[in-house]
Amino acid sequence: MPEYQEPEGAIAGTGAGGAMDLAVSEATTLEKGPDGTGPQDKPRSLWSDAWRDLRRNPVFIISALVIVFLVVISLWPSLITSGNPLKCDLSKAQEGSQPGHPFGYDGQGCDVYTRTVYGARTSVTVGVCATLGVAILGSILGGLAGFFGGFSDSILSRTTDIFFAIPVVLGGLVLLSVVTSSTVWPVIGFMVLLGWPQISRIARGSVITAKHNDYVQAARALGASNSRLLLRHIAPNAVAPVIVVATIALGTYISLEATLSYLGVGLKPPTVSWGIDISAASAYIRNAPHMLLWPAGALAITVLAFIMLGDAVRDALDPKLR
Amino acid sequence: MGRYVVRRLLQMIPVFIGSTLLIFLMVNVMGDPIAGLCGDKQCDAATSAQLKKEFGLDKPVWQQYLTYMGHVFTGDFGTAFNGQKVTELMATAFPVTIRLTIVAILFEIVIGITLGVVTGLKRGRPVDTSVLLLTLVVISVPTFVTGLLLQLLLGVEWGWIKPSVSTDATFGELIVPGLVLASVSLAYVTRLTRTSIAENRRSDYVRTAVAKGLPRQRVIVRHLLRNSLIPVVTFIGTDIGALMGGAIVTERIFNIHGVGYQLYQGILRQNTQTVVGFVTVLVLVFLVANLLVDLLYAVLDPRIRYA
Repeated sequence: MPEYQEPEGAIAGTGAGGAMDLAVSEATTLEKGPDGTGPQDKPRSLWSDAWRDLRRNPVFIISALVIVFLVVISLWPSLITSGNPLKCDLSKAQEGSQPGHPFGYDGQGCDVYTRTVYGARTSVTVGVCATLGVAILGSILGGLAGFFGGFSDSILSRTTDIFFAIPVVLGGLVLLSVVTSSTVWPVIGFMVLLGWPQISRIARGSVITAKHNDYVQAARALGASNSRLLLRHIAPNAVAPVIVVATIALGTYISLEATLSYLGVGLKPPTVSWGIDISAASAYIRNAPHMLLWPAGALAITVLAFIMLGDAVRDALDPKLR
Repeated sequence: MGRYVVRRLLQMIPVFIGSTLLIFLMVNVMGDPIAGLCGDKQCDAATSAQLKKEFGLDKPVWQQYLTYMGHVFTGDFGTAFNGQKVTELMATAFPVTIRLTIVAILFEIVIGITLGVVTGLKRGRPVDTSVLLLTLVVISVPTFVTGLLLQLLLGVEWGWIKPSVSTDATFGELIVPGLVLASVSLAYVTRLTRTSIAENRRSDYVRTAVAKGLPRQRVIVRHLLRNSLIPVVTFIGTDIGALMGGAIVTERIFNIHGVGYQLYQGILRQNTQTVVGFVTVLVLVFLVANLLVDLLYAVLDPRIRYA
């Protein structure tokens, strides 16, 4: 998460470009691995420890590769498809797989392969923007409430309770049913609005744990200001759970976008989205299941990649389960 | 204990007011509730003014909210704009959704906890790895995709079930929809139980129980499971509200005429009273379920005492 930069920069490069780092660091480990250097001179930080763990975790490597691939094709979809997702030929509606069109055509005669490729951009945009918004808003509010405590903390806790009591899909139906815009922003805005309490609760809890540490008391005794305490001492030590939950949440936001689009209140055509395509295909499920299976499969793999990544990061960061 | 319950009930009041107010505001920004009343045509100015007066829509929002809540506490949830009482709609819709939720919760408890115990005890073995992978897959595939696929396979291709549920919605018909509704939570319950069991397995009291020669089954059920279930119970408790609210998708797929169906219709037709009424009840269910969960803590873990 960009808002909290870990001083050592230990896990920088986890996201895009991680594959290169992976290859390089794997090589260096192999070099000094066998001669058994034993315990290192410098105690390793939680982050470098976690990073060492992650590099060897096949689940992490696979999901990181899938995510890198998804990010690349959302930035440059023309790399793997030359078609236009909005160019459709009604005479080919519902036809199956053909040479040059491996996934067949949908109900409007659009190429399913091209639409599936272009759908990645929408999903990744929604997921990344919603997660960034939720993580920034949630950790600022939760962090401040946890740090200062008292009245602001009670207000925040009760507010999160209120938001938790409202079922998410229901809130989405109510709020988004009036939106006519076909861009992704109302959906992202809604997710930030209803998603921040989840992160703020986590951030609040881990800030409260971190602020009682001795080094924070020591820094305070030395006269450090509140903002310095928060940014230099507490944030780097409280950010781990937020990163884990945010990564997993990214997957669920992608899934939520598809669900809302399925219900007809999320994204709207001409936006190309897996949710819209699945929703449209569900009407023809008996005759042409391929129209449903490809976008649904892409959706499932995307969500799976983010959830597995979050899972792997959590395992690496949580020493209790080692 | 009594004082704790009273304190919790008092704490529920602001949350209840806040979330109903939030929904009330959301529904009010959702557009003109009169618009749906004159058929496809626009209402003329005089009619719409009269209708607004009749339904009290000319007053400020906070006043509308207070009037509405006043009615709710006397058991009057208002009239849907089609003239049917909202309470009548609830009387037909809630039993269906409650049955669906019961089926889902049973799946969570029986399958989720069993799988969680098995994998937690066999951590790292093939059975653990494969179940873990399966739960990840279930979590990743959105409910509506799972639902559509099961409907296609079981309902259309193999003909094991009827693809859509009748208006009676008996327990038998709700088995597959219940499984679909439960699927994601089921996976979470499995993972939660697994983590909890794996953590507690190394604890002192389990070692003591094994050392004093108790049979393995008794150690697992009485000592290990009872202590490991606390986070699971919390999850299932908070999930009740989420399941009832999240049933919209499942009910839409299998054409079940429950709460989700009524809410969906209410929102499509901009039927304010229906939406706010149903959501108010859902919020209440959520809050009461959370309270019960907290009280259940004391039963499961005797160390927890409420002063």
